[in-house]
Amino acid sequence: MLARLKQMLIKEFIQALRDKRTRAILFGPPIIQMLVFGYAANFEIHHVGTAILDLDHSQESRELVSRFSSSPYFDVRRQLTDRSQIVDLIDRGEAVIALQIQPGFAENLRKGQTASLQAILDGTNSNTALIASGYVMQIAQGFAQDYQRDRMQRTAPQFVKLVPRVELHQRPWYNTDLKSRWFFVPGVIGSLTLVLVTTLTAFAVVREREIGTLEQIMVTPIRPWEFILGKTLPFFLIGLVDVALIATVGTFWFQVPFRGSLLVLLTGTVLFLLCMLGMGLLISTVSSTQQQAMVTAFFFIMPAITFSGFGFPISTMPQWLQWLTYLDPLRYFLVVLRGVYLKGVGLEVLAPQMLAMALLATILLTLSVFRFHKALD
Amino acid sequence: MNPNRLVAIATKEIIHIRRDVRSLIIVVLMPAILVLLFGYGVSLDLKHLPVYVFDREGSQASQDLLKRFQSSTYFRIAKVANSYPELAQAIDSGKATLAIIIPHDFSERLHDGGPVEIQAIVDASDDNTANLAVGYAQGVLQGYSSDLQVEWRERRGLPRQFVPLSTEVRTWFNEDLESSAFIVPGVLALVMTVIGAFLTSLTVAREWERGSMEQLISTPVTALEIMLGKLLPYFVIGMVDVGLSTALAVYWFRVPFRGTIATLFLSSALFLIVMLLLGFFISVIAKTQLAASQIALIVTFLPAFLLSGFLFAIEQMPVFIQYVTRVLPARYYVSALKKIFLKGTPVEMLYADLLPLAVFALVLVLLATGAFKKKLV
Repeated sequence: MLARLKQMLIKEFIQALRDKRTRAILFGPPIIQMLVFGYAANFEIHHVGTAILDLDHSQESRELVSRFSSSPYFDVRRQLTDRSQIVDLIDRGEAVIALQIQPGFAENLRKGQTASLQAILDGTNSNTALIASGYVMQIAQGFAQDYQRDRMQRTAPQFVKLVPRVELHQRPWYNTDLKSRWFFVPGVIGSLTLVLVTTLTAFAVVREREIGTLEQIMVTPIRPWEFILGKTLPFFLIGLVDVALIATVGTFWFQVPFRGSLLVLLTGTVLFLLCMLGMGLLISTVSSTQQQAMVTAFFFIMPAITFSGFGFPISTMPQWLQWLTYLDPLRYFLVVLRGVYLKGVGLEVLAPQMLAMALLATILLTLSVFRFHKALD
Repeated sequence: MNPNRLVAIATKEIIHIRRDVRSLIIVVLMPAILVLLFGYGVSLDLKHLPVYVFDREGSQASQDLLKRFQSSTYFRIAKVANSYPELAQAIDSGKATLAIIIPHDFSERLHDGGPVEIQAIVDASDDNTANLAVGYAQGVLQGYSSDLQVEWRERRGLPRQFVPLSTEVRTWFNEDLESSAFIVPGVLALVMTVIGAFLTSLTVAREWERGSMEQLISTPVTALEIMLGKLLPYFVIGMVDVGLSTALAVYWFRVPFRGTIATLFLSSALFLIVMLLLGFFISVIAKTQLAASQIALIVTFLPAFLLSGFLFAIEQMPVFIQYVTRVLPARYYVSALKKIFLKGTPVEMLYADLLPLAVFALVLVLLATGAFKKKLV
């Protein structure tokens, strides 16, 4: 039995690694992709193009503007003189945000009336707009608070220290500087692994079938499960090497802290790879051509990445979708990756995720072996 | 070029496609499903974040404050904890995004006047959620503080405090900051990529793999006829998908469509041609379907997903990555799509996006036919 399996494995390894080009494709691109995507995947905003239309030209308005220009989130590129310029700038995408201060801004403030600030945002990218408008509010609030304090200092200095106020002392755990990269790098590691392993295994069986070599193998004394094992083991090992490569790049190049145990990560990775192999094999056994396998694989890959919590929190999805995400192996793997990297938690916290992946892997692998038997009859 | 021979090749390809009903169904339904997935699944607009509270005082004042968190749509009090370790564990396991700790002398210090701090532990492994959560929490505290201050001033007979600044944020092009309006147009680019580059690269690679390409070549058809004949059916499928996805986006998700249908189809046709040619070129340089699919994945799908501006804003990427995006056709198409859908930009203003696509198409025609002829010699 072991002898047969060994022969099968030798054949598979030769097939997978024979071609120089295929060899290069298996190991080179994942590293490059990790580098490029590690930089690209980011929701942080910095230096958002900003234009300012200050129609008041007062000390107060200049003070407000300087708070924006000294903030790292905004890059004041243009000082406008006329309202019509705003339309043009935002239309052409040269500024994402335009701030407008009406004449009478300082006068209102001095009279103790509410002055107004208008912010016009390009909502084409709703994420950037959402985050940027949060920062606008923050800066405006800071300005208002300081203005009030200064005013009180002048009119009733004895009360300044007594005004009741509740403040938030925030303690961001795991990622004190709120670096977006720390959130995304583990996500990119998981997603790349998913794409790579699923597409590779999706071809495993159907390729032999399409070329007609499946029949040839089946007339040998090899058993179906030996065949399946022989098919998957090489991809499992290739997947493991790839995870190791991209995780190394992610950790050392992007300086994402690795706070947990390597053993926990390895356990999670093995379980996740088993899920992916199961999925790939299942696709392969239900497809009759490689093209069909590829199309079906995509049908799985896109939702699997979108609903894993890779970039968008699962809690913002509608309830029915949230239930569906429980079927997504990547969802669990990302919790494990981020747990091990950023939180440094171990099995005591990640056990449910591990169990879920083990369960999914068992179901998928059983289904694919079952389907394979059926396909042979 | 002989139109009869071209039609013959196209007919042959259509027969191939029709034989594989499942792929055809997936290819036609894929855009609909992708639009649905991204329309529902992708949002950063947080609501009902799970919060653990640890009220160490349990006074009227602390309860009042907590009620404000409860009634905010952004938060949901998941649990009233009784100890610090309980909070820590909830944050570790992800059961809570935010933990609020009210000090044991809260009402006493409020009574004394001056700022009182309450602590908030936030799970910053997702930096963006953390940022938004802290912002919303600060908003809640600000509301609470200003009510306190009104009461405090009344007791002392001080004049009412005025609000120095009101900020009005207006969003253009996507007034309600719907993420679906931002994401869904970009989904078209993903669909085109899969249909264009993947299906064609596989269908041509299959002919090489099976050896039927040599048979084709021995007939009087020319290289150009083979290429066009192979690509034509997929071009039609792709254009049908454009119509379907747009209809779904506009009628189901109410994504604004401010441009003209003609501009949309013109831009889509141009991008689809680029993708089809790229797929053809890949299949010529790759020997097997496995290699072709992996190359297509690396040069088309993953970049279209992560680097095109579809999810992540290009102007927020590091400068050298921004240069990398310039060689990606998807970048120009996504940019054109967002302008057509949300801004209603007319075709003559889209030259910055359409011209590069035309150049890509031209270069790829030359490359693909050149490589094809060379391979035959």
